[in-house]
Amino acid sequence: MTRFSLGKYLLPTYVFLTFLFLMVPIGYTFVYSFNDSIKSNIIWRGFTLDNWLNVCDQADVCGAFGNSLLVAVTATTVSTVLGTMIAIALVRYRFKFRSATNLLLFLPLATPEVVMGAGLAAQFLDFGWTKGLTTVIIAHVMFTLSFVVVTVKARVATLDPALEEAGRDLYASPMQVFWKITFPLLLPGILSAAMLAFALSFDDFIITQFNSGSVDTFPKFVYTAAARGIPPEANVVGSFVFIVAIAIVIAVQVRSAMKKRKLLSK
Amino acid sequence: MAFVAFGSQAPAKEQGPSKTGRVALFLLLPGLFYLALFFITPLVSLIITSLKAPSSTGAIGRYDLGLEFGNYVYALTQYAPQIFRSFSFAVLATVIALAISYPIAYFIAVKSRNRPLLRGILLTLVVAPFFISFLLRTFAWKQIFSNDSLVVNVLKDIGIFGADSYIIGTNFAVVFGLVYNFIPFMTLPIYANLDRLDLSLVEAGSDLYASPSKTFRKITLPLSLPGVISGTLLTFIPISGDYVVASRDFLGGPDTAMIGNVVEANFLRIQDYPTASAISVMLMATIVVLVSAYVRRSGTDDLL
Repeated sequence: MTRFSLGKYLLPTYVFLTFLFLMVPIGYTFVYSFNDSIKSNIIWRGFTLDNWLNVCDQADVCGAFGNSLLVAVTATTVSTVLGTMIAIALVRYRFKFRSATNLLLFLPLATPEVVMGAGLAAQFLDFGWTKGLTTVIIAHVMFTLSFVVVTVKARVATLDPALEEAGRDLYASPMQVFWKITFPLLLPGILSAAMLAFALSFDDFIITQFNSGSVDTFPKFVYTAAARGIPPEANVVGSFVFIVAIAIVIAVQVRSAMKKRKLLSK
Repeated sequence: MAFVAFGSQAPAKEQGPSKTGRVALFLLLPGLFYLALFFITPLVSLIITSLKAPSSTGAIGRYDLGLEFGNYVYALTQYAPQIFRSFSFAVLATVIALAISYPIAYFIAVKSRNRPLLRGILLTLVVAPFFISFLLRTFAWKQIFSNDSLVVNVLKDIGIFGADSYIIGTNFAVVFGLVYNFIPFMTLPIYANLDRLDLSLVEAGSDLYASPSKTFRKITLPLSLPGVISGTLLTFIPISGDYVVASRDFLGGPDTAMIGNVVEANFLRIQDYPTASAISVMLMATIVVLVSAYVRRSGTDDLL
């Protein structure tokens, strides 16, 4: 019987401790965003809201954050459109070179970032392109595309083709079928793919460092700043992004829980 | 009942109208062309660059086309320790991450199957580290373990640590940081797999008087193997190319450099593009061998 009680408490305790461990650096970053630091943000010097209220006093942090947003929004838009198109084709159509296509889509997921980063940089050198925001966006579309395909594909696979057939039977044009039936049904999948692509792009460092030239993104700013100590304003930006992301995740979960409850009560 | 079962099966049935033709091409070509241009040709560029020779003008950072296979020999002999270290760190960190993540994934997928709220909270917590910059997280560990930090001082006080012991810059610190950062990558695929585990199989095991540990070894573990494999790939591959954790500005020291650090230094700092490219090509080749072993087992349709 001791075995039973051990099993009962051991696993939950372990899970609790591991989650505590996972949260440590997040808590640390958050707490030190309120540090009244002078030069480096290593020693705790007292609580202040200054860093939060005047983030842009550290102009570099703000500029880098702006660049990251611009890159993430642009890259997400492009890769979501391209990836959704591919995902629909993969599930709905039969075509030759299917396994070659699968392989081409899978390879970027299996390639270390440093290889993709160095490869693109080598190509930009060969082409004689100057590195900057454009090359970063090109790189981000490339490495987020496959993630979009995987996510949307899962959603397309759950769609009942009969719904579209019904639309066609009622003389809807292919465009009407897509915009009135397929697209609205796919939307949750497309949105989660876009969120994933955005998160990946926003947090990317390695590929960005190889292809950004002198342009700073937020992760690149943190990397460069690490040599002399990261200013608390960077902790503010990191914590702010964290809070927004968690809020979105919770909102999505609450919404789907409410939908389920509605369905059950009907 | 039969009707419900049929209805839920329907979407999985053969879907495609066998219309190939223009629509499929229109949907596929832009994206595939993009990948060809910005993923495949860069790999070719990498191979070409890895064979270049120093420019005849002698200018730094300029190279002429060539077939200098010696670049590979140079890279291998010059950076053997870093290459060896990368793969040892990657194997070690992957194994530890697996040991830590499996019970968590099991708890979320199996033990909290009937408690959607708990499960939602736990899943959110697993992915929570993704929402704060990878670099900030790693830097936070650096400060937590820095020389005069609370942790190190307590270790010294209890006598586990000598007076001039330190954590930052050691192999331990780097592997620790790698494990921490990649736990979610390991946990999620195992969770996704265990989530589909049919519990009646486990029940059948215990009905037939198998001990819990035997049921786990003979039923749960073998069935979850695909999840373990994808988690392992998702962890091992990024770790083998990472250079943030092992960087001296983060958790690493003078003797912790990994392949990524070598590529970064050669490509971005001293502009030795051929050496950086040769190492990248070898890293990519190793990964391709690993992945194709996996593909041979499960085919290409399971990849995505």
